Amino acid sequence: MWQLAGKTFNSRLILGTSRYRSPENLQQAIKRSGAEIVTVSLRRQAAGDGSRFWDMLRELNVTLLPNTANCRSVQEAVTTAHMARDLFKTNWIKLETVGDELTLQPDPFALIEAAQTLIKDGFEVFPYTTEDLVIAERLAGLGCKVLMPWAAPIGSGQGLANPQALKTLRARLPQMTLIIDAGIGLPSHASQVMEMGFDGVMLNTAVALAEDSPKMAEAFAKAIEAGRLGYEAGLMSPRSFAEPSTPTIGTPFWHNEKRA
Amino acid sequence: MKLIVNGKQSESNAATVADVVQSLGYEGDYFAVALNRTCVLRASYNSTPVKDGDEVEILMPMQGG
Repeated sequence: MWQLAGKTFNSRLILGTSRYRSPENLQQAIKRSGAEIVTVSLRRQAAGDGSRFWDMLRELNVTLLPNTANCRSVQEAVTTAHMARDLFKTNWIKLETVGDELTLQPDPFALIEAAQTLIKDGFEVFPYTTEDLVIAERLAGLGCKVLMPWAAPIGSGQGLANPQALKTLRARLPQMTLIIDAGIGLPSHASQVMEMGFDGVMLNTAVALAEDSPKMAEAFAKAIEAGRLGYEAGLMSPRSFAEPSTPTIGTPFWHNEKRA
Repeated sequence: MKLIVNGKQSESNAATVADVVQSLGYEGDYFAVALNRTCVLRASYNSTPVKDGDEVEILMPMQGG
């Protein structure tokens, strides 16, 4: 059990709902992984087209985390957040402000300004940010209780591009809920960040584009759980040389005998 | 009068946001509306007037990451 923005959950996996083969495939992935929180977006669609997805989300009975994906300006992000709150009936918002087209790296200036406005407007803001410590501290100072730093660019599956900076972020913001979002490609990547003490993992593409999405969703859920258990159990520090794990006292006969 | 609905010009005789969404076939509670890039809360559709040249954005739930 863990707390996220005042709510209690079992699973530390947040699953994206995009790019699956079919709605059924997505449903199975959510169920098999045990994910309790999923991300959603808002888009232009013909009247009626969005209702099926909406009905499916309601059936799944999961907590929704709407995003402001693809927003380029503060105003776009703020308006999208307000529309999401009105529709999804939640004050949670995964705040995304695109700053670069190729890497989809967040625009930190727009992010900070939009976060400030949305916090004043009563939102629980989950900013999608980079591993930059000072931006993270600034967001924390505004009142964000959760940050979603990237491991690598969205959909890249590269794993941890800058593990040292992520370690620093974790060490410098010990009270902050930090959820690694984006760039996770393998279950082992997810384990790795959980072993580092991050609070959760958000992913989409690695599950959605797997040959068997429900099975991959379960693999990630287990990897996240294993990583977290390892972190809580206290990881050993690497050593430069071998240390025998089997006791050496009482080693039998030949060990101390000189060869004739 | 002319409205711009989801980026497209359209002729309309709607007086309020409620009239706009109804005339376009949006029913139920699975959409959200912005007028001139500001969110209009569902509770205010009936009391929010529209005028010539207004931009109306109607968004629905979509898969997202």
